[in-house]
Amino acid sequence: MSRIQSTFATLKQQGKTALIPYITAGDPHPKHTVDLLHTLVENGADMIELGVPFSDPMADGPVIQRASERALMHKVGLTAVLEMVKTFRLTNQSTPIILMGYANPIEAIGPKAFADRAKDADVDGVITVDYPPEECGEFVQELRSRDIDPIFLLSPTTEPKRVDLIVSQASGFVYYVSLKGVTGAANLDIVEVSARVAAIRKKTSLPVGVGFGIRDAATAKATAAIADAVVVGSRMVQVIEASTDDNLLDNVATLMTELKTAVDAATKSI
Amino acid sequence: MQLYDMPDARGHFGQFGGTFVAETLVEALDELRMMYEKYRHDPVFLAEFAHDLKHFVGRPSPVYHAKRWSDKVGGAQIYLKREDLNHTGAHKINNTVGQALLAKRMGKPRVIAETGAGQHGVATATIAARMGLECVVYMGSEDIKRQAPNVFRMKLLGATVVPVESGSKTLKDALNEAMRDWVTNVHNTFYIIGTVAGPHPYPMMVRDFQAVIGVEAKIQMQEMVGRQPDAVVACVGGGSNAMGIFYPYIDVPNVRLIGVEAAGHGLETGMHAAPLTTNSPVGVLHGNRTYLMQDVDGNIIETHSVSAGLDYPGVGPEHAWLKDIKRAEYVGITDDEAMAAFHGLCRTEGIIPALESSHALAHAEKMAKTMRKDEIILVNLSGRGDKDINTVAKLANITL
Ligand SMILES: Cc1ncc(COP(=O)(O)O)c(C=O)c1O
Repeated sequence: MSRIQSTFATLKQQGKTALIPYITAGDPHPKHTVDLLHTLVENGADMIELGVPFSDPMADGPVIQRASERALMHKVGLTAVLEMVKTFRLTNQSTPIILMGYANPIEAIGPKAFADRAKDADVDGVITVDYPPEECGEFVQELRSRDIDPIFLLSPTTEPKRVDLIVSQASGFVYYVSLKGVTGAANLDIVEVSARVAAIRKKTSLPVGVGFGIRDAATAKATAAIADAVVVGSRMVQVIEASTDDNLLDNVATLMTELKTAVDAATKSI
Repeated sequence: MQLYDMPDARGHFGQFGGTFVAETLVEALDELRMMYEKYRHDPVFLAEFAHDLKHFVGRPSPVYHAKRWSDKVGGAQIYLKREDLNHTGAHKINNTVGQALLAKRMGKPRVIAETGAGQHGVATATIAARMGLECVVYMGSEDIKRQAPNVFRMKLLGATVVPVESGSKTLKDALNEAMRDWVTNVHNTFYIIGTVAGPHPYPMMVRDFQAVIGVEAKIQMQEMVGRQPDAVVACVGGGSNAMGIFYPYIDVPNVRLIGVEAAGHGLETGMHAAPLTTNSPVGVLHGNRTYLMQDVDGNIIETHSVSAGLDYPGVGPEHAWLKDIKRAEYVGITDDEAMAAFHGLCRTEGIIPALESSHALAHAEKMAKTMRKDEIILVNLSGRGDKDINTVAKLANITL
């Protein structure tokens, strides 16, 4: 069983929803990233989505675009990100790390070599925004043969037939993008999301995570009631952006505590 | 002989092309692909397209023998396919007419576009005004500065021009921003991509709409000189004017196809926009796999060209394919060489070419010198240079 799968299994026994914060590796500065990862775990992260900076983040709103730009100013690319995960793993072997990013950095290394290096760094899952299942069969095989979970996004526009195709390729969990739009847009409609998540559950026994548009305790709590995992990205990055070197870890800890309390307080309706 | 038949059903040209997009767009692209399949051979649709090209765009555009310029260059005879004479001043309008007709049939009241030089933005704003569609154009703030006349034209035509401040503030960033808009407004919005890039079906569809250039040229060359040219030369940004004139010639033997990329300050300086000429690595950007200017981490690197329309780090996937199968050749022309050709054509033929097209002219000039007087080069004069007067004035130290 992969680390992601066992984390979900444990949480399920406890009747809990996973909290998955997102940060962009190298933001605000590469020297902070490993400390940030540990701070997230100490304050309730069940898994972490670690963004791989990219020059052209087409699916991201301004907040995460700026995070990418800050990281790229310090030349943080995929190779550097894998080194950060290795350093994190020196003292944490239990929290799943999911890389999230775009296809081209992986293409630049090559799918097979990337899978080797991700395995070597002890990465647990990979989300590649612009690799739909039709275009990444070989990549999925490379990941799965190394017990790394390929995680796919489902969107409000995904037709039922495609849900079948996507869940047949995915492992670990599937990630429902709760709105039509880029990351950071703030118009999550919880009624609609519930209906979609319920429809996805009819087609797969994989855990369903929900992300995009979860910005505060209230939306985190509402989402936690219907999902197996709640992903918080832009809000986390906003707090990082507004912090100084001195209060960065404290500010992130405060937001995490608020979100964790909200997620744990949700009454599960599943 | 096996006839050229590309791309495959999912938009692949060999290893290139495809549909590399976020999940939210997959459904929209499927819908577009199905609609385009339905209409691409539909006689009513094609008649409407032909009608608009004739009466609104002013087609066919002439082929013109640039005799004085050819004599001055000394060598092959240079003929120009006059896309600069189209309504709005470039080949871009051909494609926007086609896509807007599809948008209408799909019931989308809003169109968006990215633009570099502003020609595609103007062409989109124009057709949107004519068809009563809402129009939003994304344009890098750097390009807004260097193509001000086109920004003004778009505004006159009722379009909203949104400056893009991210990344290099040029064409690729405008494309990113248009994609973000599309992801958000996919229910009511048709994205009119301006070149043979983007996810399937765009590279194929834009090529098909632009192929009218080559189809006409073949007939016109036959009428004028009784044969086809020895070489066809076109500039390549994303590659739509080049694909438009190349495509009908792919199966014609003994016609060399030459794409001219922007060599900027010089290929050796790294300050250029010539991914094919410099054998850049293959990667994925803007929905397709192609040759891409990038660093070791797979981040896209900044490009440079004096012409905004060629300032793009990638290239349409079909050009990547034509390069690999050696059906087309790709070369670079520097800013300075393009400027020299620009002035040359102005003075000898009374035609002010776009800076993009001037790259093709400059290469034709180089080639012509090595060829016999009875050989023929056909250049796609993709647009007129009115939009470039400020840039040229600055570079040539001319006070307006
Ligand atoms: C006149 C002209 N030629 C060429 C181009 C380059 O585009 P493409 O390579 O798609 O023809 C542009 C783009 O703006 C243009 O305005």
